[in-house]
Amino acid sequence: MSETLNHDRVLEEAARWQAEGRKVALATVIETWGSAPRPVGSQLAIRDDAIFVGSVSGGCIEGDVVTRALDALQTGKPEIIEYGVSDAMAWEVGLACGGRIRVMVEPVTG
Amino acid sequence: MEAPILQQLVRDRAEKRTVVLATRLTNGIQKLVYPTDKQEENWLIKAVSQVLASDRAAVVEGPDGDWFLNPFNPPLRLILVGAVHIAQPLALIGSLTGYDVTVIDPRTSFASAERFPDVALVTDWPDEAMATLAPDARTAIVTLTHDPKLDDPALHAALRSPAFYIGSLGSKKTHAARAARLAEAGFAEDDIARIHGPVGLSIGAKSPAEIAISIMAEITETLRR
Repeated sequence: MSETLNHDRVLEEAARWQAEGRKVALATVIETWGSAPRPVGSQLAIRDDAIFVGSVSGGCIEGDVVTRALDALQTGKPEIIEYGVSDAMAWEVGLACGGRIRVMVEPVTG
Repeated sequence: MEAPILQQLVRDRAEKRTVVLATRLTNGIQKLVYPTDKQEENWLIKAVSQVLASDRAAVVEGPDGDWFLNPFNPPLRLILVGAVHIAQPLALIGSLTGYDVTVIDPRTSFASAERFPDVALVTDWPDEAMATLAPDARTAIVTLTHDPKLDDPALHAALRSPAFYIGSLGSKKTHAARAARLAEAGFAEDDIARIHGPVGLSIGAKSPAEIAISIMAEITETLRR
């Protein structure tokens, strides 16, 4: 059953990847305003080959968060990113639900 | 995050230790704070106990700027009494929902690892099993046997506990008879009213898996509303 349940084992997957010698970053929702798809504290673990587990939204911003996480693996520095309402016509990254969220992206170091 | 902090956090979760990951947002410095920590500053200890009690992460203002506090409580627990057919999908859906599931049934032909792979099985009599498990306010209990010899002792223990959800499988008629037995055993009407019976949301469920979904939906509603 453990394989089925990996959707909730974000930190465990991050630790496992790290122990296997991969570079890993974490993204965490730290604040939300209005209607946000995932509550504060929700996490995403990102591996250096762009494989990820968990979520920080309903799938709206994960693509961008993964890109920013891969950048953070290069710089080695944490970053806080704010996402707002998306403009579907402009193909902008954002939240279709009309909420706003702040996400902390951090590389696992050492 | 420094790798040793990640590793410790994963160990704490595996060992079901309550912990809060504290991040100072101005510089990204992190530490793990435990509810038993005495050496931390007062404002942090207070904020940590608040996020643990509400089970919600939050940004709090410290004397040195904003901190993000992410609580990691041990998982919610789901105790199933009766290793019957419905218990099989319910144990699976409960695990998927993030609960630590335990199935109690002294009948070892029911409570077998073949029928319940990867589920904690207890084959003690329900009153002993419940005394050992000591359900708390983060526990849901569902009796599934239809057999008063097994269900009733479990319900006695459940009603004396602060469990946030108690459900009991059986028709309206079965539930009325159960309520009468519990009243005779000395339980007050308000206590007996804590039991969800017939169990589960009314969605017309027929198969064991469908009934398990309706029960898990009712547990979720009770927890979140």
